[in-house]
Amino acid sequence: MATTGRVVGVNGNLVTVEFDGNVLLNEVAYVILDEKRLKSEVIRIKGNRAEMQVFEIIKGVGVGDSVEFTGNLLSVVVGPGLLGQIFDGLQNPLPQLAEKCGFFLDRGVYLDPISNETRWIFSPAAKTGDIVVRGQTLGSVPEGIFEHKIMVPFDLYGTYKVRSIVSKGEYNVKQQIAELEDENGDLIPVSMIFQWPVKKAINVYKERMKPVEPLVTQIRIIDTLFPVAAGGTYCIPGPFGAGKTVLQQLTSRYADVDIVIIAACGERAGEVVDTLKEFPELTDPRTGKSLMERTVIICNTSSMPVAAREASVYTGVTIAEYYRQMGLKVLLLADSTSRWAQAMREMSGRLEEIPGEEAFPAYLESVIAAFYERAGIVKNIDGSIGSVTIGGTVSPAGGNFEEPVTQATLKVVGAFHGLSRERSDARRYPAIHPLESWSKYSGSVNVEKAEYARQVLFRSEEVSQMMKVVGEEGTSIDDFINYLKGEFLDSVYLQQNAFDQVDASTTKDRQKYVFDKLLLILLAELKLTHKDEARSYFNQMRQKFLDWNGSHIDSDEFKKGETEIMDMLASKSMESVEEINEKLNSLV
Amino acid sequence: MQKIYNRIEEIKGNVVTVRADGIKYGELAEITSAHGKSLAEVILLYEDKVSLQVFAGGRGVSTGDEVRFLSRPMMVSFSDNLLGRIFNGRGNPRDNGPELTENLIEIGGPSVNPAKRIIPRNMIRTGIPMIDVFNSLVESQKLPIFSISGEPYNELLARIAMQAEVDLIILGGCGLKYDDYLFFKERLEQGGSLSRAIFFVHTASDPVVECLMVPDICLAVAEKFALKGKKVLVLISDMTNFSDAMKEIAITMDQVPSNRGYPGDLYSKLAARYEKAVDFEGQGSITILAVTTMPGDDVTHPVPDNTGYITEGQFYLRNGRIEPFGSLSRLKQLVNGKTRDDHRPLMDGMIKLYASFKETLDKKSMGFRMSDWDEKLLKYGELFEKELMALSVNIPLEKALDKGWEILAACFTPEETGMRTGLTDQYWPKQ
Repeated sequence: MATTGRVVGVNGNLVTVEFDGNVLLNEVAYVILDEKRLKSEVIRIKGNRAEMQVFEIIKGVGVGDSVEFTGNLLSVVVGPGLLGQIFDGLQNPLPQLAEKCGFFLDRGVYLDPISNETRWIFSPAAKTGDIVVRGQTLGSVPEGIFEHKIMVPFDLYGTYKVRSIVSKGEYNVKQQIAELEDENGDLIPVSMIFQWPVKKAINVYKERMKPVEPLVTQIRIIDTLFPVAAGGTYCIPGPFGAGKTVLQQLTSRYADVDIVIIAACGERAGEVVDTLKEFPELTDPRTGKSLMERTVIICNTSSMPVAAREASVYTGVTIAEYYRQMGLKVLLLADSTSRWAQAMREMSGRLEEIPGEEAFPAYLESVIAAFYERAGIVKNIDGSIGSVTIGGTVSPAGGNFEEPVTQATLKVVGAFHGLSRERSDARRYPAIHPLESWSKYSGSVNVEKAEYARQVLFRSEEVSQMMKVVGEEGTSIDDFINYLKGEFLDSVYLQQNAFDQVDASTTKDRQKYVFDKLLLILLAELKLTHKDEARSYFNQMRQKFLDWNGSHIDSDEFKKGETEIMDMLASKSMESVEEINEKLNSLV
Repeated sequence: MQKIYNRIEEIKGNVVTVRADGIKYGELAEITSAHGKSLAEVILLYEDKVSLQVFAGGRGVSTGDEVRFLSRPMMVSFSDNLLGRIFNGRGNPRDNGPELTENLIEIGGPSVNPAKRIIPRNMIRTGIPMIDVFNSLVESQKLPIFSISGEPYNELLARIAMQAEVDLIILGGCGLKYDDYLFFKERLEQGGSLSRAIFFVHTASDPVVECLMVPDICLAVAEKFALKGKKVLVLISDMTNFSDAMKEIAITMDQVPSNRGYPGDLYSKLAARYEKAVDFEGQGSITILAVTTMPGDDVTHPVPDNTGYITEGQFYLRNGRIEPFGSLSRLKQLVNGKTRDDHRPLMDGMIKLYASFKETLDKKSMGFRMSDWDEKLLKYGELFEKELMALSVNIPLEKALDKGWEILAACFTPEETGMRTGLTDQYWPKQ
């Protein structure tokens, strides 16, 4: 018999419940309020009292209200039909909810995450009599551009014998497609969907590998200087207004991955709407289909109840892991992990736990580490390679990277794209700081070449600092040219115009090509004797380069731009272009 | 059935505790004391103990006072009769008009389904170039005005209230100085805008709990008007007072403070209010502009900091001007592409040059020799500040763009601006 209980205390969205029977930690329970059932999760148990966080607005709940426990952990439903969907943090499909409830999110309304109405064309892969284990493929259905594998549910531990499997045909997700027999001879019906607890990593793979292959984002400063690897992790901390979200949106659009999962966690609703409305209109450059067909959006905006916010990043990563099982490259973008950490802090405060730094709970670091560790590139049991890459934004209080969430994140990620207020104030977008950021992965551009560019930036910054003290007149012309070279590199390569059709995304090949030309200019010794002359030379060069950045790679304009730039370089260079080219080759 | 209790067990600050049964979270009660009646709201339940925050404050409440539970949450009357009226933080009249009791609506309702939101698309013109050109205000946007005490933020709000192209203004005062309240009233009366305005004003001398109600009441009323097809602009001054009121209650309730005494849910509480800004498809919209004063001009103070992460940009008011640095309207890209094709590049170009001007100014103050380029920048900065930045400038967007080109042409050659050649060819003023 299911456990029941009654409410004995209400403190914000934390309720205390007195129960009879057994209760699991992280079990889902419902508070019954008139006709409505408010979903909650057990977060602490003491004697016959449990404390639960309620995922809904708590208004109107009183002492004595009854509570039903479900016996299940907080889980998501996985199966075909997840792609293209928009869920809230608890996997409630928002568009369907809107059809039912109108403009507002009525509490206590829960719909099927995956509609049972769609019919899928199932082709069996397993045969009657096959011995299978969890994660093994039983068959597949086409989902958009992918072959969606229907697998043995991951919670079926042990070995099973296929007793029956349906023939090729159209089925609904809830229909039985196979019957498995376990070691005791019990029969287990299997459909196309099953549940998996969100806080448990899916570990159905042969081995986990080291992330080495770069994940191209088409953002020059990232791919060239601070690359991300498929199956790796990175974080983007930055003060508000520095462009975290725009950066995430660009990545979700242009990154070279199969599936993008966007977990909008406690951020502005308006930004999610951009994605919601634009993605169906945009075409995926690789497939020619709508971008939405390879996207899942988990949307728990800042005004939605705080407990569900905490769940939303887990919902996102669980769906990401599920698709990894099919040998796909998945990118999870979590915006922002600070809101998730704050949600933990709010609950911790209500539980009256002893606060750690800035009142964050003491387990903050281990929870963050465990989350990022769910990324990875793995070899599945069928030999296919799949990856989950996690990119999380961090919104540090006061833009100060010393705060606990940023620090806990930096410990566990492979790349750090720190956004700076100075750069965003000066409209230098993307505002990733080229000197403070780092990456442990190797990128699409040669490492030595990228290192040379970083050296130029360092020197330029040094001169710039020195000039603040001694002034322009106290700076030698050589130093001054070094300063201008760094500024030039910054404005024509590191900065990228997100609103320009061409400049917004730069392919790997174009990056390599343009970067080589750029290095020629940086490597050249220039015949410039006056500072005003030097400044005007670089101003003109910048102009030409920016125009060049805005032209299509296969257009005449592009060729013309290149010729003009090279001519201009030759006109002031002490060496010939061939000689500089040799210098460039000797870098490697 | 209304339940009446005559024994208050605990009085602590503005929070009182009674023993009662069958009480719901968020329910209202009426406390009758020797000093009159006050409403109170349930904020904590534990077994048979009920804690309530008393709107009029805990002072003067006696342990023997009568507590009558009303079996309903906080509500406010909604009808067209609200127009032109002034109320306090409880929703009672502050002018001499009649009390409104018809058509009560709940405050603090559920949030809007993100799937039902639409991409904002209409600019709200204000006639202030620093807003219209550089950081356009967009219908359904939420924007704070970051400012230190003493800056003319209320003047700015009043000017926007009179000039903005909207149907309805709702002004919420949180801890407003009485003088400022009178200032708003007079300005809107003189400007003839009072008839399209509704005031909910909590002044600094009113009980602090009432301050907490103001944003919710304003936004609940705004939501109803928006659903009836009205374009509503909600102006609030000042959200830092609202946050401080929250801090006061949290500390009274022995909550663990997170940062400088503010409760851990400051972000969620502010977000729940700001996120009410919305454009209902086929209906009206809510746009929010709220003053957030920064104690000590410190933008990393928890209130402006959390606000910045919630809102879609911010206006910095400093030295009587809207600062171009830091000020940001995140939604401007949605509207400034449709105005004139030079709007975006001109906006970016002018700001980049202004940033260089600021650097030059630093160099100059340290006594360095000024190069030709520096001289040009100095001239540019001065013209920019005088002709576009001053709050007194009141010109439509197109005029302001032309003015921008004039300023550039007066100081630079086209290639010095860093703008694409096609654009300078088209817009560079001919001699």
